[in-house]
Amino acid sequence: MIRTEGLTKVFTVGFRGRKVRALEGLTLEVKRGEIFGFLGPNGAGKTTTIKILTGLLYPTEGRAWIMGREIGDVSVKERMGFLPENPSFYEYLTGLEFLNFYGQLLKIPYDERLHRIGELFSLVGLEGAEELQLRRYSKGMIQRIGIAQALLNNPEVVILDEPMSGLDPLGRKEIRDLILRLRDEGKTVFFSTHILSDVEMICDRVAILVKGRLKAVGPLDELLGGYVKSIEVTVRDPGGVFEEVKDLAERVIRREDLLLISLKDEETVERVIEVVRERKGRIHSIVPQRLSLEEYFVKMQEEG
Amino acid sequence: MRELAIAFNTFRECIRDRILYNLLIFAILIIGLSGILSTLSIGEQVRIILNIGLAAIEIFGVMMAIFLGIGLVYKEIDRRTIYTILSKPIKRYQFLVGKFSGLLFTLLVNLIIMTAGLVGVVYLMGWHVNSTFFYCLWLIFMEFVLITSLALLFSCFSTPTLSAIFTLSFFVIGHLTEDIKFFGSRSENPFLQKASTILYYILPNLENFNIKALVIDTIVRGLYFEDVSAGVGLKLILFSTLYGLFYTAIIFLLAVIIFEKRDFK
Repeated sequence: MIRTEGLTKVFTVGFRGRKVRALEGLTLEVKRGEIFGFLGPNGAGKTTTIKILTGLLYPTEGRAWIMGREIGDVSVKERMGFLPENPSFYEYLTGLEFLNFYGQLLKIPYDERLHRIGELFSLVGLEGAEELQLRRYSKGMIQRIGIAQALLNNPEVVILDEPMSGLDPLGRKEIRDLILRLRDEGKTVFFSTHILSDVEMICDRVAILVKGRLKAVGPLDELLGGYVKSIEVTVRDPGGVFEEVKDLAERVIRREDLLLISLKDEETVERVIEVVRERKGRIHSIVPQRLSLEEYFVKMQEEG
Repeated sequence: MRELAIAFNTFRECIRDRILYNLLIFAILIIGLSGILSTLSIGEQVRIILNIGLAAIEIFGVMMAIFLGIGLVYKEIDRRTIYTILSKPIKRYQFLVGKFSGLLFTLLVNLIIMTAGLVGVVYLMGWHVNSTFFYCLWLIFMEFVLITSLALLFSCFSTPTLSAIFTLSFFVIGHLTEDIKFFGSRSENPFLQKASTILYYILPNLENFNIKALVIDTIVRGLYFEDVSAGVGLKLILFSTLYGLFYTAIIFLLAVIIFEKRDFK
């Protein structure tokens, strides 16, 4: 649905024309109907990528396609929706005037437009704010009307830049539910965030961007599965196991005759299993402890 | 259709802007005042009213064109409203066409309001205007078109303050190009001579849109434009109109080229 090939963006800053490489050879593919999380710390190049995809920036190198068409093609935008980061709209318009104006830009026929606008006001929970000027909207309300404008044309691809920033916990949950609902309707959702809990809950796949470079991409389980922090083995100790394993393990917790042993790698797991067998103990469970997304993120940044 | 939606929204933006009303109120006040001022003179009353009135229409209209025009694109970028606009299926040049025509429509409406005020004052003084009066207004409007395109051009890459200074300078110099050429020809420095000639040909000569004196004369003397200018009347209007459109097209094209290439960081 969205494909990029070697996207690179170099900004020239200041009077001396210093070059800043905001994005470096990004190659990525987002499949139809998935929720794709675009992760990275501030300044990683997420917004730059999104602005290239929406035609606000021209890439220095590389190409990108949305729904099979190259991004310069305006017709792509007929079936695409976009919410920028910290959006801001014409504050002198009322909510209704605003959506009506954008509906005209999308050439939605009058009757259909009014119907759709009504639907969207209730979908994003802004009923009753139709006649209010946008300058009177709170930040959360602006975010909601921003989502409404992105969905006006019932798009196949929705691109959201930090859709949950500035929202309270309830607002975040509503946006999460909305994104899931969009996926259920068969839409492709591409959104950026630096808030990991958003991604852990709803994304099918994620890409991690650090300092303009793509560090990893794939389903969250796989990404995190690749990094096993430790292996926890629970055994029943008839006596003697504790003394033998305590030097092998990173940590051993004893509760009556149960031992919870944290081990570093698979080799030590083998040795612990041997000891348990010799002592006629019993193994209850072996559980690899994965990194949380947060820990993964930090690790990536350290490596980067 | 899409340009129309943008134009309508620009019109709405302008008429919800306080600057517009301040300027309009001042213009109407001055036009109204011209009626009172004229009573101070003996005879020539209508000449004074028309002089002050038409000058007020021109100056305040140009000020509207500048002060609304310089924010036309800049504000959209500064307030980031352009992000979502350009994510809709609209080409960048269409956006500019919409913004430009929206402001022109606003200026036209204001021109009509100010004109109504002036015609009212003239009637109150027991005079009436003739068709040549409207030729004059048409050329004043052409000047608005040209100034708006300049303000739009600067608005595409510069801050409002600088844009205002640039556009205002163009307005002033545009009315003085004849003088520049004259001083150049009097100079003995060959460089100055060349420079003034080049400037004269590059800069739009805004005096081409100024037929106020001629028109006022015909009205006062109860003549028609065709009578005074012996058949060249309509030709003059046509020439000035084409002249204005030619400059506007070039300036607008420049604005499009700059705007098309721009990155919105």
